[in-house]
Amino acid sequence: MTPPMPTPIDAAQLSVGTELPPLRVEPISRTTLALFAGGAGDHNPVHVDIDAARAAGYDDVFAHGMLSMAYLGRLLTRWVPQQRIRSLQTRFVAVTPVGAHPECRGTVTAIDRAGDETVATISLQVTLPDGTTTLTGQARVALA
Amino acid sequence: MSTIDTSAIGRELPEASMLVERGRLRLFCKAIGETDPVYTDVDAARAAGHPDLPAPPTFLCAIQHERDNPFDWLNELGSDLTQVLHGEQHFTYHALAYAGDRLVLSSRIADIYQRKGGALNFIVRNSIVRRGETTVAELKDIVVIPGGHQ
Repeated sequence: MTPPMPTPIDAAQLSVGTELPPLRVEPISRTTLALFAGGAGDHNPVHVDIDAARAAGYDDVFAHGMLSMAYLGRLLTRWVPQQRIRSLQTRFVAVTPVGAHPECRGTVTAIDRAGDETVATISLQVTLPDGTTTLTGQARVALA
Repeated sequence: MSTIDTSAIGRELPEASMLVERGRLRLFCKAIGETDPVYTDVDAARAAGHPDLPAPPTFLCAIQHERDNPFDWLNELGSDLTQVLHGEQHFTYHALAYAGDRLVLSSRIADIYQRKGGALNFIVRNSIVRRGETTVAELKDIVVIPGGHQ
């Protein structure tokens, strides 16, 4: 089932403090990690092979950080056309366990001129239901 | 291994290249739960003004893995891949990439430093993704490697 797409943003209605429609993704299954390993080309075995994960000292496989960053990409591209994204950066601050149910949020923290564009700075966060923050970041998005 | 040899700062890494395929983009979208047809349906992409399926914002990292041994640079620095954690990832975008593009990624080790008395090693890699003469994006990633383990 395809969730309804948010209405495209109206730059005139944006202000510091505006929140993007949050994105709650499906819980991250082992299948998701296998698909992401193939799609992203990251074959590090600690994400898909429990034997390798245990040998490395982990209890279980865990999600690629870039999977959660891809969710932040979705948070942005359901809000603005991708060609408006000027930059996207994240810090990976906690491991995302298999089975986790991440939620992505973004808040406008600044609106300023950059060259001939008006650019919004968006503060980004991925959190888990237990309150763990897994990613923090920032994006810059041209408004028009 | 407790610290990493900083003489590798400035080292150029082998180029990687990728012919971006529609099927690969669709697999990436399936993995990340992307359901916007602009990313998976060529007609929807064209109706939105794109020449073909666009690569989602973070897909460009996949190019880094398009080599026989994409983690060789970490091994050469003496690090155990299973202990490496992704610390930060940055993208600066200049153009969209599309299915059918041949993209070339060139990278260099920009910095290596320690924190917490050598308990953590950080390696900073800067990359540029180009399509012909066009710069598509600049990437920076930081990997974190615990020190002090064998």
